[in-house]
Amino acid sequence: MLSAESLASIDREVAKYPADQKRSAVMAALRIALTERREQGQTPEARCLTPEVIEYVANYLEIAPVAAYEVATFYNMYDMKPVGKYKITVCTNLPCALSGGVSAAKYLSEKLGIAIGETTADGKYTLLEGECMGACGDAPVLLVNNHKMCSHMSPAAIDQKLAELE
Amino acid sequence: MLEIEIDGKKLTAPQGSTVMEAAHSIGTYIPHFCYHKKLSIAANCRMCLVEVEKAPKPLPACATPVTDGMKIHTHSDLAKKAQAGVMEFLLINHPLDCPICDQGGECQLQDIAVGYGNGASRYQEEKRAVPGKDMGPLVSAEEMSRCIHCTRCVRFTEEIGGFQEIGMAHRGEFSEILPFLGKTVNSEISGNVIDLCPVGALTSKPYRYSTRAWELSRRKSVSPHDGLGANLIVQVKHNEVMRVLPLENEEINECWLADRDRFSYQGLNSDARLKTPKIKFDGRWHDTDWETALAYVVKGLNGVSADHGKDAIGFLTSPHSTTEELYLAQKLARAFGINNIDYRSARSDFRADAAKQGAEWLGSSIVELAAAKSVLVIGSSLRSEQPLLASRIRQASKKGMALNIIHVADDELLMNVHAKLIASPLALVNAVAQVLKAVVAIKGGDSTLDLAQVDVSAQAQAIADSLCAGETARIVLGAVAQHHPAYSELLALTQEIARISGAGFGVLSEAANSVGAELVGAWAQGGMSAGEMIASPRKAYVLLNTEPEFDGYNSAASVAAMKQAATVIALTAYQSEGLLDYADVLLPIAPFSETAGSFINMEGRLQAFNGVTKPQGEARPAWKVLRVLGNMLSLDGFGFNSAEEVRSELLAKGDIAQRLNNSLSSIAANTAAKAGVVRVGEVPVYSTDAICRHAPALQATALAAAPVARIAADVFAAAGLAEGELALVKQGGATLRVPAHLDASLPAGVVRLAVARAETAMLGGMFDTIEIERG
Repeated sequence: MLSAESLASIDREVAKYPADQKRSAVMAALRIALTERREQGQTPEARCLTPEVIEYVANYLEIAPVAAYEVATFYNMYDMKPVGKYKITVCTNLPCALSGGVSAAKYLSEKLGIAIGETTADGKYTLLEGECMGACGDAPVLLVNNHKMCSHMSPAAIDQKLAELE
Repeated sequence: MLEIEIDGKKLTAPQGSTVMEAAHSIGTYIPHFCYHKKLSIAANCRMCLVEVEKAPKPLPACATPVTDGMKIHTHSDLAKKAQAGVMEFLLINHPLDCPICDQGGECQLQDIAVGYGNGASRYQEEKRAVPGKDMGPLVSAEEMSRCIHCTRCVRFTEEIGGFQEIGMAHRGEFSEILPFLGKTVNSEISGNVIDLCPVGALTSKPYRYSTRAWELSRRKSVSPHDGLGANLIVQVKHNEVMRVLPLENEEINECWLADRDRFSYQGLNSDARLKTPKIKFDGRWHDTDWETALAYVVKGLNGVSADHGKDAIGFLTSPHSTTEELYLAQKLARAFGINNIDYRSARSDFRADAAKQGAEWLGSSIVELAAAKSVLVIGSSLRSEQPLLASRIRQASKKGMALNIIHVADDELLMNVHAKLIASPLALVNAVAQVLKAVVAIKGGDSTLDLAQVDVSAQAQAIADSLCAGETARIVLGAVAQHHPAYSELLALTQEIARISGAGFGVLSEAANSVGAELVGAWAQGGMSAGEMIASPRKAYVLLNTEPEFDGYNSAASVAAMKQAATVIALTAYQSEGLLDYADVLLPIAPFSETAGSFINMEGRLQAFNGVTKPQGEARPAWKVLRVLGNMLSLDGFGFNSAEEVRSELLAKGDIAQRLNNSLSSIAANTAAKAGVVRVGEVPVYSTDAICRHAPALQATALAAAPVARIAADVFAAAGLAEGELALVKQGGATLRVPAHLDASLPAGVVRLAVARAETAMLGGMFDTIEIERG
């Protein structure tokens, strides 16, 4: 279900913990699984964590599937619902909101023609609201696909970013 | 010990104990939901907040360790305010549906809300709703909005059950208790989450909406299934058993019950219960009265003994019957001149009978077994044979017991296993001999058995090392070993290992009253064993609580023996298809819940109980039936007025403890491993006796699914099978088509196919050779 490279990355994470505590690597393993699915998946449904993937990861780590499911549902950066090729998460917490975070989100929403929480019809973009990303000084900030942080996202910067993502 | 003070009362508490434990030790109650003495501490309900002097805020009693000089107030204004506050929060999302909730009247949330909460809630907003979940046929999780997220059920499955089947998904206000998507809760002890749930979120599916808790009377009883003898509270309304709860007994079942003990009561109210005596003549069944039926039985027994001799009659009894019933059955048989009586229908090896020196038993108390430093379990599918004992061993294995396994399949035990040796039934004797040889090499003793041809494997060496290293070591033989065609050899080898290594040994009694049956002499003793009675069929059989097609070692041969008999007299609580086919008289007897009696559990503990309801219909306690039969046959010594009188007569034969002895006076074993394809036929967990075979909820569980052939890789490949396709199984001239599944946990040459099921009843012996091909 996962590629050899992903399994090798999971093994590297597992090696960080004592041999009888493989479960400690569950967050990293889910992250690696999600990254592979996002990169390889061709449809929104194929880019998120499904129960089958979670069960596979749990079995790989020799833990109960429901224990991995608890972790996957607890943290909202694990995508449990179909997601576009580019998941854009805009911070709208108070400090960001005071510096244009909310208007950045609104601009994105209008530009992409989707409301927050939705995915474009072509399955390319998903727009989400996020919680504080620890970079209030750089507001407005947004995250692309969980890993890429973008700062000072004025409308012009957003236009440029979207052009890059084409 | 630390000196502390709770509500002005001075006490001492051991280092490392919690405020909650200290309070309980002096009988001070602190309200709580998530705390449970057998589970890990979660401290997530916050109901047990108490005031501790010098602490800046209230502390949770369950998670606060006591320190010297600690002064605790459980009822101060601060504590009360904290408790009332928590209670208000807990009730925010809790639906006010107590009038239609099954837990109403026995609900901790209800009780504590009355005791510690405010009269009204200030919460005006909408309550959240949580969709119901499917946890299988035993546990209902329909109303998860009632859940207060104490996580007791989650911790139970993980810590006591050994595998986390329930989890708490999502976060904060969106938290939900659920099993993994698409899965149900399949543990053999899952029903305990119903008791653990402090609210009405997890309830009993079979019991739901049938009565109110306060309408039920509580009566004590003892579980009639496995050899543990779990203590029960049987709850009764209008002379009907409505549900079964555990009666706490730390030395036996702790505060738990296996699902078999808890849900088998449905079988007591089954439509298949036999309610009137029945006689078959002209090829048809006729209801009759007791006098006619008993006269018919007397005539039958006298007729067969006059025509063919007393030896032509065989008595097959059940280790699930009470001690009194078994005692009277063997007394009646022997007084009439029949020594062919046996309770061991499921066994195949009786060669050790002549060397027996006492009644087989566990060899120690249950607590001592769990406290042993090293334990070797030979031939036992622990989780299905002894669900609660398995749970106790699981806890012990977490605390450092070295658990060693010799078995015919590499079962998932969900516990820490030190070493395991998996061998085909044909090599099981050799496997145990390997351990003996290794023990001889370590301890330097000398075995009387010939071990020259035995090669010690690394696993056998590890097991031997463990047995010899442990300060206290115990070896136990499970049901697979007891049913095995070389049981006497397994027992002999075990006895030698125990003698040389200094370990104790015994058997895991498979039924509630196996030890009782042994003690009262309801086994061959001068007559034919159960195996001989089937191998050389008798003219007449008397069946006590026995269904040979399910209870026999070889169901096909057992049924054939019944069918050829001139008369089969069955004392039974159920009219099963088999009995209706081959029996001539059916006498309705009362199951354990409708008669006084006693069971002697695997540790030799006699537990007496009284009937909790009146017998259904015309059914009568079997001891009364046997007493009347004794009188009608003009036998002496059948003038009993009560089950207690029977019990005192059987106990007068000597102290139970003195008469328990597993050692054989002479031993022999052929240690060569044989090759071939052999069946591993085990009794599934919910097929052990007629009561659970008639319990619909148990039969609907995944553990009672229709049998499939699980096949070792070599046999699977040789037969050219594909996963899931039908295989043609041949045994003893009979054939059966069942789905075939490759099973990597099986040793070479093994086909695992359950017995005691209607689907496989046409097949032969549990551990006999079997053929398999594409079907």
